[in-house]
Amino acid sequence: MAEAGVWSTYFYPLFLTIGYILAIVVPLMLVLAFITYFERKVWAAIQLRKGPNVVGPFGLLQPVADGIKCLFKETIVPAGANRMLFVLAPMVTFSLGLIGWAVIPFDEHLVLADLNVGLLYLFAVSSLGVYGIIIAGWASNSKYAFLGALRSAAQMVSYEVSIGFVLVTVLLCVGSLNLNAIVEAQRGLWFFIPLFPMFVIYFVSALAETNRTPFDLPEAEGELVAGYQVEYSSMTWLLFMMGEYANIVLLSGLSVILFLGGWLPPFHVEPLMAVPGVVWFLLKTAVVVFFFTWTRATLPRYRYDQLMRLGWKVFLPASLAMVVIVAGALHAFDWLPR
Amino acid sequence: MPAIEQTVRSLLLTELAVGLGVTFKQIFKRKATLNYPYEKGMLSPRFRGEHALRRYPNGEERCIACKLCEAICPAQAITIEAEPREDGSRRTTRYDIDMVKCIYCGFCQEACPVDAIVEGPNFEFAAETREELLYNKEKLLDNGDRWEREIAANLSAEAPYR
Repeated sequence: MAEAGVWSTYFYPLFLTIGYILAIVVPLMLVLAFITYFERKVWAAIQLRKGPNVVGPFGLLQPVADGIKCLFKETIVPAGANRMLFVLAPMVTFSLGLIGWAVIPFDEHLVLADLNVGLLYLFAVSSLGVYGIIIAGWASNSKYAFLGALRSAAQMVSYEVSIGFVLVTVLLCVGSLNLNAIVEAQRGLWFFIPLFPMFVIYFVSALAETNRTPFDLPEAEGELVAGYQVEYSSMTWLLFMMGEYANIVLLSGLSVILFLGGWLPPFHVEPLMAVPGVVWFLLKTAVVVFFFTWTRATLPRYRYDQLMRLGWKVFLPASLAMVVIVAGALHAFDWLPR
Repeated sequence: MPAIEQTVRSLLLTELAVGLGVTFKQIFKRKATLNYPYEKGMLSPRFRGEHALRRYPNGEERCIACKLCEAICPAQAITIEAEPREDGSRRTTRYDIDMVKCIYCGFCQEACPVDAIVEGPNFEFAAETREELLYNKEKLLDNGDRWEREIAANLSAEAPYR
């Protein structure tokens, strides 16, 4: 009897949670692998090329081939590197890219942890992301890696601020930090319409936050070779890339939840309502990921001072002003959530 | 006024939108990719690729060992040794081209009085070792036999301009 009690109190919930985690992480890994394929196809199309089309039908097995290639390469730890931190850094980046998914609602009630402070949790996780990169840059004991890591740290910290203010305006409109409540609040109108400037600021800051073009200074293939990743190879490099893409998808998912109505269908008509919310959520996320890819194919890299100017002199005042305006409007017209 | 216009433009991100529009339109255009190993591009009849030593239709090799190609070769990639054959005709006993030294200038085929050494249309002769690229007479004659149809067609297409 006592054994059954231990089973149902401790082990059963443990295995259940592990099952839930696997149900999220395994498809996520597949998505991450195929996002690389999707990106390459989009860039190829924009540059009038065909993209990967040799491995498997339409080149669909290219990510698998890339993965195998990476696994079979040699992991090189530089002689002057701090071994433990060097290996730890990609793990930190990768796991931070994954743990954010715990609070993302894929559908109504389809969420691993329905936290009351979900948004705060996501903000915290994305702020921690800078540690993986700065540890990697420092532990590599290489000037290129170190410069990349410094740029990255400054950049992520700067844009964190404006993302914070964007989150605050959404909070003001919803009155809750729970991601499900945020989606529910958009039943009538998706937030990207009334808060369009915030949506733009959020998207651009997300680009900077995930070190994507036009803000890919930390990697800067041109000058810094690959920035903080320069000493990494094989599996450790793969973990960095996976972490980076996990972050991209995570921030895309977050923008869907904050501005594009999460798992809600675009119009409240019967055939659209019948489609499960997961499909809407994934479809919208895919569209935002396409935007990430599209901007990368379009825009050249920012100079470092331009990046800092944009972050501190344009986005910070703009988002701060928008917080005041939105709060004022909500109060003046008595739209505050009860 | 221009200052206001400039400000409004940069606030509305018009340039960004225009740029994104340009790249988006490209997606639907025809792809310029040539699916290389399966599809190949057009080659001019003047294309200077892998060397070949040709024969007359009766099977006699054309080369008369005049060594003009060896003399003109700017990379000194050609080595020829010759002695008279039993029937009294001058023929090479050795005809080597170092394909690693060769700069594919085409002077050898220009110098040849009997159209024996030519550069054919083949450019896919990459090898795994350096030694495979040191061609001897046997290999060159073999190339000549293999590519004779294409080489003859190219030479006759070029004949009016020579």
